Amino acid sequence: MVKEKKENIIDSNLQRKHKLRTKGVKVWYDDFMAIKGIDMNIKANKVTAFIGPSGCGKSTFLRLFNRMNDYVDGFRLEGEVTIDGENIYKKKVNVEQLRKQVGMVFQKPNPFPKSIFENVAYGLKIQGLKDKKFLQEKVERSLKRVALWDEVKDDLNKSALALSGGQQQRLCIARALAVEPSIILMDEPTSALDPLSTSKIEELIYELKKDYTIVIVTHNMQQASRVSDYTAFFYLGELIEYDKTKKLFTNPEKKQTENYITGRFG
Amino acid sequence: MISLDQQKETLNQAGLEMLHLCSKQLDNAREAFFTHDSDLAEEVVHTENRVNALDLKIDRDCERFIALHNPVASDLRFVLALRKINFDLERVGDHAYGISKYIIELNTPIDEELLIKMRVHEMFDSALSMLEDITGAYDEVDTKKARKVFKKDKILNEINMDSFRIISEEVKKQPELINQFLITFSIIKKLERIGDLVTNIAEEIIFYREAEVLKHRKKKKINRSKE
Repeated sequence: MVKEKKENIIDSNLQRKHKLRTKGVKVWYDDFMAIKGIDMNIKANKVTAFIGPSGCGKSTFLRLFNRMNDYVDGFRLEGEVTIDGENIYKKKVNVEQLRKQVGMVFQKPNPFPKSIFENVAYGLKIQGLKDKKFLQEKVERSLKRVALWDEVKDDLNKSALALSGGQQQRLCIARALAVEPSIILMDEPTSALDPLSTSKIEELIYELKKDYTIVIVTHNMQQASRVSDYTAFFYLGELIEYDKTKKLFTNPEKKQTENYITGRFG
Repeated sequence: MISLDQQKETLNQAGLEMLHLCSKQLDNAREAFFTHDSDLAEEVVHTENRVNALDLKIDRDCERFIALHNPVASDLRFVLALRKINFDLERVGDHAYGISKYIIELNTPIDEELLIKMRVHEMFDSALSMLEDITGAYDEVDTKKARKVFKKDKILNEINMDSFRIISEEVKKQPELINQFLITFSIIKKLERIGDLVTNIAEEIIFYREAEVLKHRKKKKINRSKE
């Protein structure tokens, strides 16, 4: 049997208004319906925040965009998820290539137990890139991009685990940037960080949106209102309201949204 | 920590207290003016301290509400509106104080005929009626009631516009009464300003309730937009 060649389907050179789209997306974990039919368009080079109470489906929805849910037992998807107009759940999609395009940052910083340099160079090395000078340049550029370079340039061979929580999280963002994604997904990226590190990450998010499309899940309402251009409010697997952040936080259309953002439920 | 709803209600009641207090100040100033009761005018002057104290308290409580509760949406609009309403009411209080100061300084009551000609009674009545309407609108968060004051403000503007012409004519006939004319003219100006301040309060109630900014828009359009 001839093995079907997996393709890199995303052409990020195409300048599209909407980077990510979903159409009639429903997700099940066995019998449990986690997402109940969501149509959504996410704009390129903008920060979009997903908010909602725990269990509302926002993280599940976020993880659809780099197919992280594929590993969850009983996961089943209906509908279309497209990036740059291409359905990323088509059989011929190369998931590794997809994840190169769609970087992810998690709640707790998760550097590898390796040096700072090796952490950032890891993604490039597993792609087979070995040129030392090239790797050095990439590492430096990525660390500069997350404003970590000046803090670590003399300690690149030190273990990444010796860095503070905030530095580790910026390192993880640098690691994601090194492989040159066009989309960055962030799942509560600052919930384990102190206010100063949080503010550094938030400034970074603001900086990065010039070149990347960023989607962030957060439980912190002030964070959503500070960093995002658009906010989506999820509740019980449904998208209740999705609008410009300045509209949603000053005059939401739906009573449910108002009750949630004002802290009256959820 | 006290809940957001409790804190909001406390602020709401303080705003209502300020409305009642400033309305009472203008009502007393009116009575003192027409009955030439300088004792009552003195009382208004002394009560100005209470207006100022309540103004500071509301300002401080609004600041705390924002800092401690990080309000958004209608909660944020409420506290922003209340700060402006409080500012406008403090100015209403200042005008009542200013009118009372004139009464204390006046040696003889102002000629009744002049007051009728200048429609000063009507002006006081309209300003007080606007304050009554706006107190109800604030208490019930009723934007329909709030919009009523825009119409009444027109009466104050009209009397104010006419006053310059009337005063100019009268001063030529009775130049010895120049002092009385000038005081009456000043009081008319203050009442006209009170009308403007009450319309500002109406705009803030509408902003809080409907998230609509009416500032610097033609009042005609404002009335029409909700009819």
